Amino acid sequence: MGEAFGPGDLVRTSHEDPQHHTRVPRYARGAVGTVVEAHGDYPLPDDRSRGLPAEPQPVYTVRFAARDLFGEGDHAVTVDVWQHHLRRVDRSEQESDE
Amino acid sequence: MSSEHHGPVAAVAARVRHVEALLEQRGLVDATELDQALEAFLTSASPANGARVVARAWVDPDFRSRLLANANAALPELGLSMGGGLQEQRLKVVENTDHTHNVIVCTLCSCYPLALLGPSPTWYKSESYRSRVVRTPREVLKEFGLMLDPSVEVTVWDSSAESRYMVLPRRPDGTDGLGEEQLAALVTRNGLIGVAAV
Repeated sequence: MGEAFGPGDLVRTSHEDPQHHTRVPRYARGAVGTVVEAHGDYPLPDDRSRGLPAEPQPVYTVRFAARDLFGEGDHAVTVDVWQHHLRRVDRSEQESDE
Repeated sequence: MSSEHHGPVAAVAARVRHVEALLEQRGLVDATELDQALEAFLTSASPANGARVVARAWVDPDFRSRLLANANAALPELGLSMGGGLQEQRLKVVENTDHTHNVIVCTLCSCYPLALLGPSPTWYKSESYRSRVVRTPREVLKEFGLMLDPSVEVTVWDSSAESRYMVLPRRPDGTDGLGEEQLAALVTRNGLIGVAAV
């Protein structure tokens, strides 16, 4: 699977709260952040943990402002997220959110 | 946030022992082979490795650039690697400066660059550290005795996938005259995690 995102892209993480294992930490679900870089391709743990075939897919470091995750804090948090859990965010869409 | 995993860990350990016994029974692995591989890995895994990497980066700006750009490619220059497991793990080194400070966590469990830092400290695996450092890092760092100027930007790196992280601390002032080995002796495991200045 090819890389859908590059450094500087705005992305939103999945809102899903699945019953099975997932690597999107609860505190970072449905949050908007900026792609820092891609790491290479790795099988999706959500599938692997259920014994499903898991094609390797890109993983990205995504940087979030603490404010956007917790509503407070002046720091940043980076989370490593599989492409499956990311959607592109239009910059204009993001601005109208604020 | 997942809870501490004593139960599942015990179950996985039992399963691993069972698989190991089967492999030995069928002659697929030598009984001593696994022990030797584990022992070789664990005796070489130590924060002294991370400290050597940091000291080299402090004295050699070109090595520092290579390390920050692609840590896995730079480690062999010091005879080190992120191998040791089934596959080599990607390492990302993040650099502290006058204006930025980095700290490492794994909120899901306890992912950590074992080969360079040795076995992780108990507090790193505690639910308290894992849940609090992402939310209130300045408070947590203060508890470790590290007071950061409010102007210093803090980034918390959550190792939620297959990459591992190590902090490159800022070289302390007044160390101009020191050699590489003396510099390495200044670097602590907590400095490599980012809960100490060095």
